[in-house]
Amino acid sequence: MARVDFAGVAFAVLALLTLGSAAIVAFARNVMHSAVALLGTLCGVAGLYVLLSADFLAAAQVLVYVGGTLILFLFAAMLTARIEHAETSNEPLATGRKAAAFVTILLAFALVTIALDTIWPLEEKTVALPSTAKLGHALLGAYVLPFELASLVLLMAMVGALVIARRAVKAGPTE
Amino acid sequence: MKPTLDHYLVVSAILFALGLFTVITRKNAVGILLGVELILNAAALDFVAFDHFVAESRGPAGQVFVLFIIAFAASEAAVALAIVLQVYRSHRSIAVDDLTQLRN
Repeated sequence: MARVDFAGVAFAVLALLTLGSAAIVAFARNVMHSAVALLGTLCGVAGLYVLLSADFLAAAQVLVYVGGTLILFLFAAMLTARIEHAETSNEPLATGRKAAAFVTILLAFALVTIALDTIWPLEEKTVALPSTAKLGHALLGAYVLPFELASLVLLMAMVGALVIARRAVKAGPTE
Repeated sequence: MKPTLDHYLVVSAILFALGLFTVITRKNAVGILLGVELILNAAALDFVAFDHFVAESRGPAGQVFVLFIIAFAASEAAVALAIVLQVYRSHRSIAVDDLTQLRN
């Protein structure tokens, strides 16, 4: 009984962390606040992965997303926001915000309705086992071609990003 | 109370909606990309939830998909932010409504 309660409390805390930080990302007026708040969202989602017995994905999420992608975002935010405009660097559009909110809420409502009304073919839960070995066998078995293609895509994206960004650094600011 | 599939789907739907709102309303290109990350995370959370609750005996397909989502999100962020830096160099601004030129 105590373990069941723990799962509920952990889920509530992680969901609050995820959605609270996501709201800061969506509504903050300073782009640095948005970028740092993404840290909370990513860590909350990683925690939810643990609750869903996806331990390897949680580790990958923290290593790749928090350690890599988020740092990239912080660099980009710092390199492009002028310091005197930092407070208003992430201003929303002046017009159309109400329409955007209306569309978004409508879509969220539709998604929630569909999720709750559909009868999913739920399976009886087995014990949460470590997922890493299963995942490794899948990646080098059934999914070996997508896996190799993904490494190619990563390499090309890395070289492409270098080529694009190098010109910016080499030429220096145009003024 | 044990969290069920419905709980995760609702969290993911709200996360997706917040991401979409960010993408629609922000002017700063980096802010828009942050919204894209929220949307990607919402989709990944759905994949893992379905993998856990619906398809557990059918192999870890959902988790494999999420690994690919994480990898492609990393490459997308690298390329997109390199482009943002270039745009900032040539326009001194990354507000997307200032960027109306297709070529000089």
